Amino acid sequence: MTSPLLEIDGVTKTFGGVVAVSECSMSIREGTVVGLIGPNGAGKSSVIDLVSGFEQPDQGNIRFADAEIVGKRPDQISRMGLIRTFQSPREWRDLSVIDNVRVGRRDLDRDSLWRSIFAPRRLRRLEEQESGELSDLLVHYRLDAVRNQRAVGLSGGQKRLLEFARIAAAKPRLTILDEPMGGVNPVLGERIGEAIRELKRNGSTVVVVEHNLPFIERTCDEVVVMDLGTVIAQGPFAELRDNKRVVDAYLGNDDE
Amino acid sequence: MTETVETPVVLRVDKVTAGYGGSPIIEDVSIKVYPGKITAIVGPNGAGKSTLLKAICGVIKTTSGHVFVLDKECTNFAPEKMVRHRLAYVPQVANTFPDLTVKENLEMGGYTRKSGVAERIDELCELFPDIRQALRRKAGALSGGQRSMLAMARGLMLDPSVMLLDEPSAGLSPLLQSALWEQIEKVAATGVGVCVVEQNTRRSLRHAHWGYVLVLGKNRLDGPASELLHDEEVIDLYVGRMS
Repeated sequence: MTSPLLEIDGVTKTFGGVVAVSECSMSIREGTVVGLIGPNGAGKSSVIDLVSGFEQPDQGNIRFADAEIVGKRPDQISRMGLIRTFQSPREWRDLSVIDNVRVGRRDLDRDSLWRSIFAPRRLRRLEEQESGELSDLLVHYRLDAVRNQRAVGLSGGQKRLLEFARIAAAKPRLTILDEPMGGVNPVLGERIGEAIRELKRNGSTVVVVEHNLPFIERTCDEVVVMDLGTVIAQGPFAELRDNKRVVDAYLGNDDE
Repeated sequence: MTETVETPVVLRVDKVTAGYGGSPIIEDVSIKVYPGKITAIVGPNGAGKSTLLKAICGVIKTTSGHVFVLDKECTNFAPEKMVRHRLAYVPQVANTFPDLTVKENLEMGGYTRKSGVAERIDELCELFPDIRQALRRKAGALSGGQRSMLAMARGLMLDPSVMLLDEPSAGLSPLLQSALWEQIEKVAATGVGVCVVEQNTRRSLRHAHWGYVLVLGKNRLDGPASELLHDEEVIDLYVGRMS
């Protein structure tokens, strides 16, 4: 068996005495769509922050694509192919829609000055190819009509789709979505489910944090359940119902 | 629930839809709260429980539906007007003035009272023994449990008919949660209709008289709390097969 794409091993994180994540371990296999669920305050968002480098764990290891990533900065981790979103979309407000998608690309030509002098024709060809790909993405996510507008003026739904266009442009190995269904109407919800399946078809592994469990059931291959900062179950959604720890986590335990 | 003419309702929420601008968070939600009883609103994360309370008390606007307090329509009244219609709302956070003393907090709670502020504080000290000894302390210096009690007492300063509590036990230890629930029961026993939103479903159903289960912004189930507590369907609604 190949090693998992993401492996979290015994990770603990405290914030001023509050234990947000406690000896948490989980592994995500490449090519799967995994729902990360659990009651409020279970530590889901903290785990995402740790994995994406926005916070550093007090203890434990995190391996992504066979490399230890504890200690790395968010930009280093994203360049390795791990992309995350936030609960509310974060776009470059003053950039146009197409430029927002363009900066999503990982392989921005950092040596373009050199190229423009010594290989101008090759550069032009690359640019044309890139702009064709970007146009296709904008059409695909129905952002073509607003491609030159500033992102700040988009509707909430368009901002969500812009997020998926940026992810698609970046071609990440692992995409972590933090509540993609927040404030989303049912029609757009269907589109987001489809966008997640497309990410999977295009080879990305996807982790979805979401409270909307019907959506998780429809969209994910398996689920990881967290409570009190640690993983209490991992497996198919259908098995949750018979797991006492999961039921107790969701309904509360009144025995203490 | 079969409604009889003799059973007065202090709060009736009828098919309320509300949200924060985008797509609605709660849709066509209906609940009733009875005097002297605890009504629990439960449901998984994102069910819209807190949003429902905010829509009732006027912190956010409803886009359709009706809210009646003591049979008087109060739909989309501003929060300060709801207070005058004898509805108290205790939010989950920022529910006390940390720089004021406990006594000053209670006085602020009684701001719209024409008279009897001192007497009411005295009555509430009887109801909340913890508060009397802390009257001169700054609210910001109270423990989490004491602060929750103060927030409730502050809401009671105006003699409300109905009190909405948004996660009063959030962040409290199990022991303090028990104490808080005892206190909520004491408040209800004075005749106030209490409507509580809580994360801990089982604990709130154990103390409530009636429960409503909301899932993803909609009424899914309601009934006597003691029955819901053992109802397998409730578990299905949280983590069962969805489709």
